[in-house]
Amino acid sequence: MGSIGVLLVSHQVIPYLEQELNKRYNLFRLWDFPQKSQLLTQHGASIRAVVGDAFAGADSDLIEALPKLEIVSSFSVGVDKIDLGKCKEKGIRVTNTPDVLTDEVADLAIGLMLTLLRRICECDRYVRGGNWKHGDYKLTTKFSGKTVGIIGLGRIGAAIAKRAEGFNCPISYYSRTQKQESKYKYYPSVVELASNCDILVVACPLTEETHHIINREVINALGPKGFLINIGRGKHVDEPELVFALLEGRLGGAGLDVFENEPHVPEELFGLENVVLLPHVGSATVETRTAMADLVLGNLEAHFLGKPLLTPLV
Amino acid sequence: MADLNESIEESQENNNLPKVFLHGPPEFSFILQPNPSHNFHILNPSSLPPLHQFLSLNPHHASSIAAIVCTGGYTVNADVLQLLPALRLVCTPSAGTDHIDLSECRRRGIQVAGAGNLFSEDVADMAVALLIDVSRKISAADRFLRRQVQNVSWNFPLGSKLTGKKIGIVGMGRIGSEVAKRLEAFSCMISYNSRNKKPLVSYPYYSTVLELATDTNVLILCCDLNDQTRHIVNKEVMLALGKGGIIVNVGRGALIDEKELLKCLIEDEIGGAGLDVFENEPHVPKDFFSLDNVVLSPHAAVVTSESLMGIRQIVEQNLTAFFSNKAPITPVI
Repeated sequence: MGSIGVLLVSHQVIPYLEQELNKRYNLFRLWDFPQKSQLLTQHGASIRAVVGDAFAGADSDLIEALPKLEIVSSFSVGVDKIDLGKCKEKGIRVTNTPDVLTDEVADLAIGLMLTLLRRICECDRYVRGGNWKHGDYKLTTKFSGKTVGIIGLGRIGAAIAKRAEGFNCPISYYSRTQKQESKYKYYPSVVELASNCDILVVACPLTEETHHIINREVINALGPKGFLINIGRGKHVDEPELVFALLEGRLGGAGLDVFENEPHVPEELFGLENVVLLPHVGSATVETRTAMADLVLGNLEAHFLGKPLLTPLV
Repeated sequence: MADLNESIEESQENNNLPKVFLHGPPEFSFILQPNPSHNFHILNPSSLPPLHQFLSLNPHHASSIAAIVCTGGYTVNADVLQLLPALRLVCTPSAGTDHIDLSECRRRGIQVAGAGNLFSEDVADMAVALLIDVSRKISAADRFLRRQVQNVSWNFPLGSKLTGKKIGIVGMGRIGSEVAKRLEAFSCMISYNSRNKKPLVSYPYYSTVLELATDTNVLILCCDLNDQTRHIVNKEVMLALGKGGIIVNVGRGALIDEKELLKCLIEDEIGGAGLDVFENEPHVPKDFFSLDNVVLSPHAAVVTSESLMGIRQIVEQNLTAFFSNKAPITPVI
């Protein structure tokens, strides 16, 4: 298999994955080439697989430029950086990494809720800055018992709900269609959900329909005592609107693991104490990233051996 | 001296009501403000002056004070009780009771009312918050982002998984139970140590903290501080917990040998620590400040708006009940 050309488009995958791909295949790293066009001209015809992640995938142009492309295997569960329609059209397989990161992302979502409402990061800064001797930190907001509204009740949404229930949080949700078997309260629109919960969590895939699903109307409905948690994709949120709302006090606070233009973070957020900002670490543990890597490798291996794929999307 | 703003009528009425004294710092005045419907009279609603000074200015009140409301750090020991021969109730709206000599109160027939279950949820939330933060490096990552040069690729170290971890809870009282309940929803495996095995608790019991530490990945301290539990987490326990192990303390600072903890953290003998309490508050050893594997909190486990509203209510309810010859709502002894 050492002669199969595989293109790795993101340098942010863990070293283990890069090393294994290098061992097993003829690996091309996108960032080794000063110009993408150079890579495509020299090696485009030998590339049969692309490995991407949440930061970089395979858009229409790239797919067109790789005539021998058979499979795109993503080191992520979200595949908004892959042109799925184009892949379907050309019979190119697509795999992602569901399930192995569900718990990890759900844990982080709860972690964001707790650290935001209880100002854990601010308190840590307060102590490290030597301020405790001048007085206690101010009152924060209790988490237990707050109503949690979840956008998207898939694997991750359901895992978040289960954990929040341990804190006696009533759960409500919005999704494209009501889930008949769910015991949680359903709202037919995001605005209604936002009006009726204390903490709103984005846990759905990014698609054309869910782009900017958190807009000014939703933010105003959530209100000055409401909190937004985003563990989905940055583009779920109208980021400039979010920043205005926070600066103007129209939103109680936000816990963000993702941003519209990573690695860029709106600078206005750095001065705020009612936000928690994370560098897209939803699945970022040794255990989970290794499991994700094994899924990527397993899917590629299965494909090239003509066996059924482990976690196909297309 | 009677409050100068009281009218003659009021002070005559108040003279007949049982007397309550606020034993805490000046800010403690928030805890209870005079209300005409009270069946008791607050001698010092501004929470000033402190007890000893008050008694030397008003020696006649020493034998009239029927109840004191006190906070952590304001000791009620045998010496204090000696000064207050008419005392029948100590009301302490705090999660801990280590500032009160409970056996001396018992001996003197003085009732003690606490905070009941009021703080348990907030303290449990703090414990879980610290645990997730340490595991997933939330505060460290937030710090990293706010310092970062813009548009440079994010290169931040990986955290460690929490779901499914083995958690050892030291102290399975109200707070320990709330912590256990929350972490069960993360599919964590709970076991515990406490003074005695609890017959109604189904989690595995370990008779020593050392054995508990040997078999778990995380220790969460939720117990009282007393002679048996001082430095209950020592070097041996920390080494048994092992590299990658995490300690969360929402009890009292002195439950842990703080100097040893610092050493173990610096030398990577344990993975990390989430601390809401310290041996010598508000002093925190500076060596903690350069560590990325700790999260530091200024004893804030109960400092939420909701708990504040709750403790005012609980103090009022306990005093009202007691002075209606009913039992306190949230008795400690």
